[in-house]
Amino acid sequence: MPESAAQLVPDRISDGTWTGYLRPDGRKGIRNHLLVVYTVECASFVAQEIAKDEPDTHVIGFPGCYDNDYAIRLMLALATHPNIGGVLAVGLGCEYTQPHRIAEAVRASGRPAESFFIQEHGGTRSSVAYGKELLASLRARAAADAERVPMTWADLTIGAECGGSDGTSGLAGNPVVGRAFDRLVDLGGTAIFEEVVEMIGLRDLMVARAASPQAALQLGATYDKMLNYCKAVRQYSVAPGNFAGGLTTIEEKSMGAFAKGGSRPIQGVIRVSERPPRAGLWLLDSVPDEHFMQFGYTNPNDTEGIMDLIAAGSQIVLFITGRGSVIGSAVAPLIKVTGNARTYRNMIDDMDFNAGRVLSGELTMNQAAGELMDLIADVASGCESKPERLGHREFFFMYKHQDVPSLEAGCRM
Amino acid sequence: MQTAPSAFQVHATDNVATLLGEAAAGAPVEIVGSAQPATLIAREKIELGHKVALAAIPESGPVIKFGVIIGVATRAIEPGEWVHLHNCRSQLDERSGHFDVHTGEPGDTAYA
Repeated sequence: MPESAAQLVPDRISDGTWTGYLRPDGRKGIRNHLLVVYTVECASFVAQEIAKDEPDTHVIGFPGCYDNDYAIRLMLALATHPNIGGVLAVGLGCEYTQPHRIAEAVRASGRPAESFFIQEHGGTRSSVAYGKELLASLRARAAADAERVPMTWADLTIGAECGGSDGTSGLAGNPVVGRAFDRLVDLGGTAIFEEVVEMIGLRDLMVARAASPQAALQLGATYDKMLNYCKAVRQYSVAPGNFAGGLTTIEEKSMGAFAKGGSRPIQGVIRVSERPPRAGLWLLDSVPDEHFMQFGYTNPNDTEGIMDLIAAGSQIVLFITGRGSVIGSAVAPLIKVTGNARTYRNMIDDMDFNAGRVLSGELTMNQAAGELMDLIADVASGCESKPERLGHREFFFMYKHQDVPSLEAGCRM
Repeated sequence: MQTAPSAFQVHATDNVATLLGEAAAGAPVEIVGSAQPATLIAREKIELGHKVALAAIPESGPVIKFGVIIGVATRAIEPGEWVHLHNCRSQLDERSGHFDVHTGEPGDTAYA
């Protein structure tokens, strides 16, 4: 059961209204976190030490020394996310990716930002001390800048990802999230789902859901690229745990996974680090584009997809599992939903929502979706989700090639 | 589960249903969902989330769930049988057929 006691949600004014943080670009955050960004693996330890014992500070970073357009777009999208109030970029000093350029881009978004190279500030100890000083000043500025404003469902973008799926995921977990997505869209909000690699065999179903002829073309092209990719790498998005949980083929898993997209028309396809240009239901394509190196691997783990959904502006991500999972996410809270009542009991500290009650007949699908919406409103109001409470802040970046976002979906409006 | 477990049939045309509890060999399974309520006997132990055949499926015949073909039978399957990696494979995934039927562990990767 969601813990929705009124005393836990001081910022929740009434159903569907709560207080958020207004950002200069007009978007609203549900958290006012600080973000430390490292620009190469060599700076990651110092970045993590700077953020240690700073409950409001999350860390992301890119491990490679050679820069990558896709990864830089991803870092910038996360650094200017509505849940982020200020940013510290930390580099070693040798790498291609430039911390000061990240800080400049963040300042251009109207947020305070600082940067430094470790090589210019001594070693580990002095760099950590310097970073903590910068963090304290960023925190003061972020707190002063944060304008508290009312927020509604129309201000929310929510992502959905599934992982550790089993035979219950397609029957309960994903369909309940799909119903909640329908409600969010009907209330004027924005919903994003991804995992195109788990839409095997569903080309006709996807295209039939298109909101416009152009969206139909995008969905068809996205499917075709994905299938070529899977054939080329000879790997489909189905894993030993899925098999053990009763899923036999990628086709079966795909039908269940697609259910999290609900039933509303799909407005179009966005790519990694793009934002939906308007409200409604959107599909996120994280599959690498064809490139001379076949550059990058898609959906190598759940965290990558979650980061992509957050980079698209999701203030909250719903994570649907059957077998169970113990991840969280940096920047935006993860809400864990399971359709497997046994998993809910076994992982009670990690699981936020038991959609398995639909299978036992305790709740109808609509009742479950309603309860899930209440839980989302609680988390948007400031209640910590279970992964947040446990301190989870996972992130994952890799080299990948995607062409520069198209102007149509790029939404620079 | 002590009482007869149920199995959910998503679509009326499905020839498999998903167990909502664990079925013991020889135990009756109540079929719920889209089609007429029915009972069949599980021919072997079938775990939660796994599939039971609702009808005879010939070798190379389609396995249907959600109203779509989710795989192809690699041998004839009798009603009440467990339908999984040992008797059903993907139409696309080349690795399908190389996984341990109980753990899903891949058998096609060399570790030496």
